[in-house]
Amino acid sequence: MKSQAKLIVVGGGLAGLMAAIRLAEGGYTVDLFSIVPCRRSHSVCAQGGINASVNTKGEGDSPRMHFEETVYGGDFLANQPLVMGMCEAAPEIVYLLDRLGVAFNRTPEGNLDFRRFGGTRFHRTAFAGSTTGQQMVYALDEQVRRLEAQGLINRFEGWEFLSAVMEEGSRVRGIVAIQLASMEIRAFRADAVIMATGGVGMIFGRSTNSTICTGSAAGALYEQGAWYANGEFIQVHPTAIPGEDKNRLMSEAIRGEGGRVWTYKNGKPWYFLEEMYPKYGNLVPRDIASRAIFKVCRQDKLGVDGKDVVYLDISHLDKNMLTKKLGGVIEIYEKFVGDDPRKVPMRVFPSVHYTMGGLYVTNDHMTNIPGLLAAGECDYQYHGANRLGANSLLSCVYGGQVAARTAIQYVEALESSSESIGAKLFDQEVKKQKDRNDQLMRSRGKENPYHLWEEMAAAMTEHVTVIRKNDGLKAADQKLTELQERVKDVNLNDLSEWTNQPLIFTRELENMLLLARVIAQGALRRDESRGAHYKPDFPERNDKDWLKTTLAAYAPEGPKFSYEKVDISLMKPRERKY
Amino acid sequence: MPKMDFIQVKVKRQANPRLKPYWEEYRVKYRPYMNIITVLQELRKNPHTFDNRPSSVIAWEASCLEEVCGTCTMVINGRVRQACSALVDQLGESITIEPMTKFPVVRDLVVDRSVIFRSLKRLKTWVPVDGTHALGPGPKMGPDEALERYEMSKCIACGCCMEVCPQINERSEFVGAAAINQVRLFNSHPTGKVIERERLKALMEKGGIEDCGNAQNCVKACPKEIPLVTSIADVNRQMTLNLLDLLKK
Repeated sequence: MKSQAKLIVVGGGLAGLMAAIRLAEGGYTVDLFSIVPCRRSHSVCAQGGINASVNTKGEGDSPRMHFEETVYGGDFLANQPLVMGMCEAAPEIVYLLDRLGVAFNRTPEGNLDFRRFGGTRFHRTAFAGSTTGQQMVYALDEQVRRLEAQGLINRFEGWEFLSAVMEEGSRVRGIVAIQLASMEIRAFRADAVIMATGGVGMIFGRSTNSTICTGSAAGALYEQGAWYANGEFIQVHPTAIPGEDKNRLMSEAIRGEGGRVWTYKNGKPWYFLEEMYPKYGNLVPRDIASRAIFKVCRQDKLGVDGKDVVYLDISHLDKNMLTKKLGGVIEIYEKFVGDDPRKVPMRVFPSVHYTMGGLYVTNDHMTNIPGLLAAGECDYQYHGANRLGANSLLSCVYGGQVAARTAIQYVEALESSSESIGAKLFDQEVKKQKDRNDQLMRSRGKENPYHLWEEMAAAMTEHVTVIRKNDGLKAADQKLTELQERVKDVNLNDLSEWTNQPLIFTRELENMLLLARVIAQGALRRDESRGAHYKPDFPERNDKDWLKTTLAAYAPEGPKFSYEKVDISLMKPRERKY
Repeated sequence: MPKMDFIQVKVKRQANPRLKPYWEEYRVKYRPYMNIITVLQELRKNPHTFDNRPSSVIAWEASCLEEVCGTCTMVINGRVRQACSALVDQLGESITIEPMTKFPVVRDLVVDRSVIFRSLKRLKTWVPVDGTHALGPGPKMGPDEALERYEMSKCIACGCCMEVCPQINERSEFVGAAAINQVRLFNSHPTGKVIERERLKALMEKGGIEDCGNAQNCVKACPKEIPLVTSIADVNRQMTLNLLDLLKK
């Protein structure tokens, strides 16, 4: 049924843009939905680069090495065949981006330049200054525009996903979305839907994520029956500028280019990462660096000025090189802190950064619901228990490509098109969503949704980040249950039916609370330490009991958990030691 | 750093595109290191005017909060800029916030900037590749040339250059500096060049490069310090060469 097939992509970041391009190139019409204009998606915040083992520095790097370091970096929780596929595709992906005009830094000969990143000793990371994600989004966004001009892609920017339209016990047939300006709620038919809606940083309040990274779409789908996998694996990046509104990422590329982390000990600079991990030094993976900084600040009380601060220092590096390779992040530090990092060390602390878990997908990126696919940060594959730096841009592009391929195979095998289904199914879902909005508009309770969000974020940040203890995790889950009750008593402080932001936010908050419980309870159950998930009471990795993927399925009283075997067919797990 | 307990905030509000705008005054408790985002966040947690009347929540948009997405652009103390990098300590205790004026207001501080993206479509600012399948490495390029392209490519499509341009108003359809800079960016790419004439032709039409009045406000307003005036001059030069070329034939 190729001729009339229609597809939807939700999310206009790298994964969504890539998927939309591939679908359109396959000759299909695509509706592309994004909360913000695609060019403003969160992928633009990715700074350091994209990994690909092209070995242009003659170091003997190979996709196999990339695979091994990614699996090892992820503490063996990733399904290995997918990781292998991604690492093998990486060189072609970087070449493609180069062809599309991404302004990568180059060597004197005119080849792509590569820098070092965490968890590897090879120069494997292609980069465009320190705004690589921004440059990649722009290149793909322009390609989408090219296909838009050919009538193959329709953009719905300024629309937010509310729910999937599903045939009972069967498959996805479309989505319901809301236009954020007019608040119009509409159903859109599709034969397959690819979700590419990013991570959940907003659940923790201040993170390095954009404010649009609520995970709301994934939460809504979880409530509709999609499984959520490995929710408890949340990456905390070691170096960010703590802020009132967000924590601003200071790229791992800074350490890749020679930046050093230190604090004072006995009145002298102490380069603790270099001392603790002589082989990798400042480029140990993020989970390890974040835990080291926590230990130094909280346990040893050696943070700068006794505070939760360490130094990230580039003042010893060549100024010209810094401007060419790290100009973007240096500018962020200058603008938001006021100091020049070329002269004084930067003050940083770890921050919630990346969502390793996400919607459950099989090897071909299909969720447990036929016709519903996921790619990018919103799926759970590739990164296991801890993501290596510069693998996220890669997994977004690769995941988008695989999801598009699967979606095409799926719609070609479909016997009936979504157009052949009666209007009732769609009307019902629209009505359900309108009713929910009406209910919120009528609510005259006493709770402010933004206050509730802060309370959730505080509990999650305190108990469910770098150091996790079972009593704390229980307390967090209890708090979440309390907030789920209190949100029913909400007051929007806005009666307008036009651009009602508190209404949209409250709906996002409800979905964030659903996923927050998946994260907290998943962490509570996993009595071991693996990658980003660290419990001092269970400090070792326990492969016998926990080398398995966490699966959460929605139930009204709270998530129902089950576990699935990890595919370790390509490399035997061994102790992770840097 | 100024010493203050409260910040006085005046916000230009508008319920929807059809209604008239009005000013509303607020008072926000001062904390060190605030930016305009945290001020607006405080106001949605406690939506009351300075004299404690309940107020509807102000509509505003933001996303990355680190000046790389362009979403939170607004006019703050008379100057167009991103709210995230507008630090209260540098603004003083009396602050006015308005929506951008060169784009239609949706509600309060939210404006519709879709014209920026429509222009890019018309100007074909993309590399016309055969497809995204594997076709090997891209063209080689020297490091200085790559760096020059990178500087042009940092445009966050925020619209600051359009906001300050005297040539953009209700009677003119001038595309603005950012769009012309994109033409330069893609005309400078070895493959992007293939359709340079189509882009230049589109810039010859109504609202094209002819409408630039050389006020040079754009380059001063650009938060990413993109050499916009240089880009306009360069594209003007390309237009002339292109015309001469056409005449020769």
